[in-house]
Amino acid sequence: MKILQVLGPGCRNCTRLAENAEAAAKALGIEYTLEKVSDIEAIVKAGIMKTPGLLVDGKVIMSGRVPSVEEIKALLQ
Amino acid sequence: MTAETCSVPEVGHTKSAQNARWRDIRTAAFLGAGVVAWWLVYGQLLRLAKWITFQALPLSTETHLGSAVLFFVYEVPKVLMLLLLVVFGVGIIRSFFTPERTRRILAGKSEAAGNVLAALLGVVTPFCSCSAVPLFIGFVTTGVPLGVTFSFLISAPMVNEVALVLLFGLFGWRVAAIYAGTGLLIAIVAGWTIGRLRMEKYVEQWVYATHPGTSDDPAQNLDWTVRLRLGTEAVREIVGKVWLFVVLGIAVGAGIHGYVPENFMASIMGKGAWWSVPLAVLIGVPMYSNAAGIIPVVQALLGKGAALGTDLAFMMSVIGLSLPETIILRKVLRPQLIAVFVGIVASGILIVGYVFNLLL
Repeated sequence: MKILQVLGPGCRNCTRLAENAEAAAKALGIEYTLEKVSDIEAIVKAGIMKTPGLLVDGKVIMSGRVPSVEEIKALLQ
Repeated sequence: MTAETCSVPEVGHTKSAQNARWRDIRTAAFLGAGVVAWWLVYGQLLRLAKWITFQALPLSTETHLGSAVLFFVYEVPKVLMLLLLVVFGVGIIRSFFTPERTRRILAGKSEAAGNVLAALLGVVTPFCSCSAVPLFIGFVTTGVPLGVTFSFLISAPMVNEVALVLLFGLFGWRVAAIYAGTGLLIAIVAGWTIGRLRMEKYVEQWVYATHPGTSDDPAQNLDWTVRLRLGTEAVREIVGKVWLFVVLGIAVGAGIHGYVPENFMASIMGKGAWWSVPLAVLIGVPMYSNAAGIIPVVQALLGKGAALGTDLAFMMSVIGLSLPETIILRKVLRPQLIAVFVGIVASGILIVGYVFNLLL
């Protein structure tokens, strides 16, 4: 079970990142939950200065750009 | 024989190294061919545009329509090709600069040097106004002085690659350099002034109470395949977003070129009208357009007698001071500080406008 969180104010990049993360998790067949976090304090506390950011189990694995589905798959394994 | 057996375990290693090298050579060759092709096509654009306008279409050089169409079919592909090349290059350069790294460089720097560095880093650090708030908090809570942070926040949107490409393509390198130079200067001086004014108490209280976490710098160990892909992504994202504005802006500009009489703008935006600079800034600040839409129009006005300083002031206030970004920053800044920020940057733009109207 992996907890995926997409951090960002909710702009287009955040939506795209959430879609890619979801597609990657589904392709790998892992159990997951996906949450979008737009609270600024939470974003800052995670150490993200350029949104969007992707957190897996509370740890930042990517920030500042929208990685491809393949890239997220590699990071999730 | 011994030598051969000794070399056996190394074969696998060299093979993969060789594969990687082949891949690099292939990518480099591909890139090189792309740049050469770009160069060849770029050099023929004017000839092609003239052929389309005067041979393929039954237009003549003397008509309004002819000069408008020529302007359009020459400038659109030219500016789009320049954008393609520069945005790709800048995308790769930006893969070496992350906000985290910029923050580390700026933290604890003395103010004057920090302002200069921040303005310069604002040009190369990836930035979008949607991340302005987390970036602001990340900077000021980790030892980057407030004024230095402002230098960054002013230069990042104002001196950007899209604006510079359009200025270079439509006005030439001299105006592009003047814009970049004065834009940086405004960012440095305005940030320094805000620092001197000790405005920290006008930052919302909760900002300094936030303890930002640290995340690993994801740009440190990228290989070239990833960097090149980031360049391509930048092209898709940025050119994909602005191409329509480029086309529309140049279409309006072409109309002005062809149909508005010479010196039409001289009385309104010319050097003689002292009030034209403040008026340009007053109209420009609440106006929101990206560089791609506004620069072609402004360029056409320049050809009709508008003064360069007034033009520069108008462009800078449209591109550099945007209403959406100020609204976003209201989350972390008190209204007094917002007013000071807008006031100082607008004054800087006014001075630039007057100076260039006097000099040129």
